[in-house]
This record gives sequence, structure tokens and C-alpha cells, in this order.
Amino acid sequence: MSKHHVTTTINGEPAEYLCEAQQTMLDVLRDELGLTGSKEGCSSGDCGACTIIVDGNITCSCLMLAVEAEGRAVTTIEGVADGDTLHPVQQKFLEHAALQCGFCTPGFIVAAKALLDSNPNPTEEEARYWLAGNLCRCTGYDKILRAVMDAAEVMRAQPAR
Amino acid sequence: MSSASEGLKVVGTRPIRPDGVEKVIGRAQFGADTVMPGMLWGKVKRSPHAHARIKSIDTSKAAALPGVKAVITAADFPNIASEEAFVGEGPMNFRDLSRNCMASDKALYDGHAVAAVAATSSAIADEALDLIEVEYEVLPHVIDVEEAMADNAPVLHDDLFTQGVEPKPTKPSNVAKKIGFAKGNIDEGWKEAEVTIERRYTTQPVHQGYIEPHACVVSVAPDGQCTIWSSSQGQFMVRAYCAKLLGTDIANIRAMAAEIGGGFGGKTLVYLEPLALAMAKKSGRPVKMVMSREEVFRGTGPTSGGVIEVKLGAKKDGRIVAAELVLKYQAGAFPGSPVGPGCMCGFAMYDLPHVKITGYDVVSNRPKVAAYRAPGAPISSFGVESCVDELARELKIDPLKLREINAAKDGTKTAHGPTFANVGYVQTLEAAKNHPHFNTPLGPNQGRGIASGFWFNIGGESSASCFVNEDGTVSIVEGNPDIGGSRAGMAMMAAETLGIAYERVRPIVADTASVGYTFLTGGSRVTFATGMAVTQAAQKVVVELKKRAAMIWDISPEAVDWRDGMAYPAGQNAGNFDPLSLADIAVKAGRTGGPITAEVSLNAQGAGPGFATHICDVEVDPETGHVKVLRYTAVQDVGRAIHPSYVEGQIQGGVAQGVGWALNEEYVYDKNGRLDNPGFLDYRMPVCSDMPMIEAVMVEVPNPRHPFGAKGVGEVPIVPPMAAVANAIADAVGTRMRHLPMSPPKLRAALDSEPMKVAAE
Repeated sequence: MSKHHVTTTINGEPAEYLCEAQQTMLDVLRDELGLTGSKEGCSSGDCGACTIIVDGNITCSCLMLAVEAEGRAVTTIEGVADGDTLHPVQQKFLEHAALQCGFCTPGFIVAAKALLDSNPNPTEEEARYWLAGNLCRCTGYDKILRAVMDAAEVMRAQPAR
Repeated sequence: MSSASEGLKVVGTRPIRPDGVEKVIGRAQFGADTVMPGMLWGKVKRSPHAHARIKSIDTSKAAALPGVKAVITAADFPNIASEEAFVGEGPMNFRDLSRNCMASDKALYDGHAVAAVAATSSAIADEALDLIEVEYEVLPHVIDVEEAMADNAPVLHDDLFTQGVEPKPTKPSNVAKKIGFAKGNIDEGWKEAEVTIERRYTTQPVHQGYIEPHACVVSVAPDGQCTIWSSSQGQFMVRAYCAKLLGTDIANIRAMAAEIGGGFGGKTLVYLEPLALAMAKKSGRPVKMVMSREEVFRGTGPTSGGVIEVKLGAKKDGRIVAAELVLKYQAGAFPGSPVGPGCMCGFAMYDLPHVKITGYDVVSNRPKVAAYRAPGAPISSFGVESCVDELARELKIDPLKLREINAAKDGTKTAHGPTFANVGYVQTLEAAKNHPHFNTPLGPNQGRGIASGFWFNIGGESSASCFVNEDGTVSIVEGNPDIGGSRAGMAMMAAETLGIAYERVRPIVADTASVGYTFLTGGSRVTFATGMAVTQAAQKVVVELKKRAAMIWDISPEAVDWRDGMAYPAGQNAGNFDPLSLADIAVKAGRTGGPITAEVSLNAQGAGPGFATHICDVEVDPETGHVKVLRYTAVQDVGRAIHPSYVEGQIQGGVAQGVGWALNEEYVYDKNGRLDNPGFLDYRMPVCSDMPMIEAVMVEVPNPRHPFGAKGVGEVPIVPPMAAVANAIADAVGTRMRHLPMSPPKLRAALDSEPMKVAAE
């Protein structure tokens, strides 16, 4: 069977690739495009380690077919920082020691960025429910929540980017 | 914190970890992130049966599929003699490990590997797995630990005879071992006791639940040189196991430590690496293998489930005078449950005159257990700490007060042998009692539980190098995969010793050919043992730096002082010289004898044991049986927190795992012995919205054997939570839950069968 040609935007840049009909977005990101920052923890949409943003919506890239990216805008962990300037969520993850092994971290950061893009002033409870689709087994979530809430505060104080 | 008063400048602060940025931008290389040229994809065929004789395996159709480059079965591995291995965490036998990686004559659990393929794509490898024809003779199976101990149980191993019983049994059994020890005279104890309480508790096997599935990429060159890139808790462990299982020399294997996406003990043994090596050898191509989540659940080791029988005898004033513990631990398909440490930890918090402890290591048709954070201790402690709470209620003594009355302290002789020194258990009780949490009022259907925990912590073999670079920066080379921020701790201890800024030290985790032997990341040993090696290497560098300064000044090395990263003349008599910085000395190293480096290899002894006391508040929904953890405070003696944020993180993470163990996590088997919930949807680990903030309170009773006083911190936090939650539920609704997990249907059923203390509205 012939492969599908997909034209899309990844991290603000035009991208195209060939993929099989059954390949997931995660497969293509990791195995075809070399964007291994998105992690595979379960392949069933339960752990959130592969979280990406597609046209503004957080998506488990393991549950999305690669052909579905046609004409959409995709943001992965590799596109969260602005060049060598870390996103406030990334910076606060470092300052709060919100990662231990670091494997779930890309998914959490992408999901948290999407939260703060849509809700700049979440309550702790809102943040906990928003991030409930991301599993972390190391931290007990305490420092992750603190990092996200602190990042929200920093972003509110910044002029809009 | 007393760091400032002791003149510490780096230790005790909270700098950003050296490997942090690459982890928040998605650039860190975990096990599955590496590729090699010409790489194949390897996949495992697994038994669908809990217990079956493998009559034949026909791989011809799979091997003939275009794109398939290697197919292997147990026939591709050398026969390994039964031999105890001491390279991982906990008991292991090389022959069992080989058979666990690839079943030979029998498949012993649902998910047991029976064959593997390597193909040019993942899809072709999947297709090939379906073409492998395995003929099984399905045998009766046994899942439950007490059923496995029964006389008429299906026997897993014809050559397994119970050790530790006299006379030596003539019939094979699933009971691999009986162990026991005692202190005092238990019969005397029962005579002295005024109140006696006897209870039975059970726990279920739970998985470590690391988010990163096992993964490796390996290459075997035509000359037999092997390269292994894999996610594990110890590259030296991977090397040792693979050398043995493949029958090659250790020097032929170079094992690299990928970043590790969580382990908690579950990555202290190998599953994929030997298979990938065998297929790389057979195909002549590199092979990558990555487990699916389902494979992780079905094919890798959880920790044991167990039966815990506790009997306590006390005086009316609260002094416990007799304590008996019987533990039956599931080992999974091969012997080696952590029942030994379970036995030793059970009563270790208490100073008891008469103790008797018995343990059974029992095989059944489940995956072979692997280490999980304080292996064995959380299981026995769930029973003991629940029973202590039940005793407190019986005696009408506050549970924390009862623990204070019986607490182990310096000089206490434990039932398992050692006499405690420099321990901080009483201090954790004191801090818990004085914490505002302890006296905060509770609402309806809310309850508060406390529980304590003990874990030995270990030291062991570690190596480290310290290299002074030409510009005065420093490289630290060590051999422990960084599972939770240990690079930061290493850099901090080196910076403190050298007197330079943390940012000028870069630590790396080296492969097996680039640093001396280092025992794996486990046993809460890294900051203690490898930290000791790093500190000693830095101390040797300081000695050398003073020598070089002396050479530059042409004075005696004894006349040089080292302070804050600078060499000073020791006094008036030493001469009048401007101080030399580390960078000043480094730039002249070529003219004063060459590069300034030091290596240290040691076997660290004297790891201080860890004690913790946790306070947990819950609210029970009487209608659904759902338990919400409202507030959690975890007090722990940490010796000295090198990087307090990562110490807090260990405590918080251990608590969350314990809460999952307490409330939700379990393996569900169907009547055929197949695992029914091999995924994160049905194996329910805590998510963000399940947890409150977790307050970590660090008590510091320094360990004199460590240069900065550190004790291991990673494991003891998972010991108290199960009992703390159960005790809180009992406090909330008057119902004692003695069987884990305390999931909503089970609690609902218990509420129905017992009158409630607080009536629902």
C-alpha cells in the first residue's frame, strides 16, 4: 500500500512526511521526524507522556493518526521554548525541582502550557483536573503543581507574547 | 537547618539540576530514544497461559517472512547452572533469571516470554510473532499465595524443595524457603502481657509503575564486542547479567546508561537486553526493543502481595512486651520475594523484649517479583502499623503516644541483629506531634491516621573520578543512573569540598568502560555511597591542588591552606604570596606535573537507617466508599539533606505511590490465570486530582559515616502510607480495613457489614 503524503506545521515550521495509514502521530514524530521529546508510556491515552498541542487542543499523540495532522498546526515539547529562552513553565519546573526521572516531564509541560494559554489564572483544583490526564510516578505531583501555579503567576505579570 | 552554622555553602541549598534543561526541552535521551544504523526492531512472543508445558515451538514460518532477520527461543541461550547472583537488588539466581527472560520447558505465567523476533520494521516483527507456532500443554495453575502453599497445589518447579525446614523435605513445594528469627523468649512475653491482640492482614502485588517502559538498543560486532544502550538502574548490573546469560566475558560488553524514566527497583534486573543481544548476534545487525505497557504489566516484576499475621502483647501502660509476625510473600514464578527484609523491618521501629518472626517465600503463576522501593517493608509494616493502631485503640492510648512508649532509639538491639546508633525515629515522632497538622480539627466522615516506617538503607561499592579542567572547571564522573536528581547532589558535594561554585562542576554518569565498578542505583545508596566516593575524589584533588600551589610558591605542601577554592600560605612563616585560585593552579598544571585528577573506588559502610512517621487525613464518602486524602504530612529523618528539594521529592513521591497501593492498585486475574488489567486505565495509579499537597518535614540526625551526614532517603517514604491511610479510615468511620487495596467497592462492602461510628446523613 502506498504511503500518505502529509503537509502540516510542526512547531511553527512547515513540515511534510510520508506515513502509513495506521501510523500514529507519536510514531511519526519519534521514528520518522526524530522528535523524540514526546514519550511513549502506554499507547492508550492514559499516561499523557506523548501530549502535544494540535490547533490549540491538547492531544495524546498516541491516539492520533499521523494523517490527521494534514493542514493542522502541531506543537511538541521541542517547540515550547522560544529559541534559547525557556518557557516559564519549563523554567519553573527546574526551579521547583518538579521533575525526578524526567520522562513524564515533556507531556506535563506541554499540557501545562496549553492550560495557561487557555486559562491564565487557574485555581489549584482546576490545574489538578487539567493535568489529571498526565501520570507522574516520581513526584506525587506536589512540586509539579507548585511549578505550574508559579509559572501562571509569572506569565500573568508578563506582557502577552 | 544547621548548614549555615556549620559553614556549608552549597550543601543544603537548592540549585537547578545539571541535567534539568535537557529534560524540560525534550532532548534527554531515554532508553527508547536512541537509534543505530541498520537497526532492527525486536519483539517478544509471550505465553497466553498461566502455567503450561511447552511441547514444541515452530519458528520456520516466522523466519521465512521477508524482513525477519532473527528468531530466538530458549534454545539460543546457554544452559546456566543454578547460582546465586549478587549484582542486582534482592535475591536472584542466574538460572532463574535466564528462564525468566525466556521460558525453556514451561511457561510459568501469563506474559512469560517464549520466543522473540527481530525484523526490519516493527510491523513485520509483529506479523512474525503471529507466525510462531507454540504447542502448549496447559497445566493447572495457582495465583494466590496461601493456595500455592497448600499440599495439593500445582507445583511450579519439580526441583524446588523448601529450604529452612528440618528434616529436608522429600517432596517439591511452592514454598521456596522458610526463614525465622527471634529475640528474647516469646512465651515469657505472652505471660507478661496484660492485653493481647491478634490480627490478619493482606496486601496485593503492586507494580512500580515507572512511566517509561523497558527499552534497549544493542549491537554485537562480528568480533563479539557488545554495546548496550538501555534504561536501567545500573549499567554494571546489565553488563554482569548479560555476560552471564550470554556466556561472554564482561570485558566484551560496554553498557551505557540511558536516562531512566523511573525504576523504583523495577529496573534492577534485565528482561530485554539478553534477548536483543542474542538477536543482534544472530542477525549481525543492531536491535532495538521497547516494551508496550501491557508487556510491562504482564512480563515484568511487581512487588509481592502477602499475608501478614501480627500478634501483639502489651502491658496496660502501653509497653509492648511480646510481638509475633508471620509473613507469607508471593515471589512470582521464581523464588526470591523480599520476605527477608519484610521480616527484619516489621518490628524494627520498636524496642521489644520478646519477638518471634517467621517468613515464607512462595512461588505461584505470576511474574517474578522485582524490587520495589524498600522491598518487603511496606507489606509487613502495613500489618504491624495497622495492628499497633488497633492496640492503641484497645488500650485507649493515643497511637502516637503508644509509638513513643515503644520507640527504638540509639542502643536498641533489633530483633534482626544490629544495635541502632544515630537513629532519628523518636525525633520524627516528636516533630509529628508538634506539627500543626496533628491537632487540626476534623469534620464529619473525616479521620486521621498515623503510621511509622523503617528501612535499612545500604552503602556498597561505588567509584568516582574528579578531573580538574584546564580552565578551573571540574568534571565529576560517576556510575549511577540519575533517577531523581542525583547528579545535582554529586556536583554539590564536589563543589562544597573544592570550595568552588556549583555551576563550575559538571557531573556525568559514565558507561561501564569509563568509570570503576559501581553497584546499581537502589537501596537508597547513591547519595550516601557514591556521594562518599565523589567527596573523597574531590578531597584528593584538594590535596593535589595544595601540592601544586606549594610547588608554584616553592614552599612545603603542609604550609598551604585550602579555603573557598583558593590556596593560601598557611601563615606568616609560610611566606607572603597572593592566593591562588583553583583556576590559577589549573592553568599551570602542565608545568607542575600534569593534569590534576583523582579516582576513588570504595565499599561504603555505615549507611544510617531511615525512619519516618506520617500523618494522613482522609474523608470517606459513605455512599460510594470512596476515600479522599485531604492532607498528608510526612516526617522523616534524612541525616542531612544535600539538595532539600530532591529529598522532599523522594518523600512526596513515595507517599503518592503508597496512597495508590493503599487505595486502588492491584493485579486482577481471571479464572484462567490471565491478567485482566494490564494497562493504566484499569491499573489505577494516583493522578494529580487524587492527591493533596504533601508536606515533607525533614528531621536531620546526621550520619557520622558520611562526609556531610547524609542518610538514604528514597525508600522509607513508601513504608508508612498504607497503614496511615487504613488508620485514618478507621478513625473516620470506625471500620477497620485489613485487606488492600481499600478500593471503593471493598470499603462500601465493609461499611455495609459493620456498624458505622458516624452515621451518614
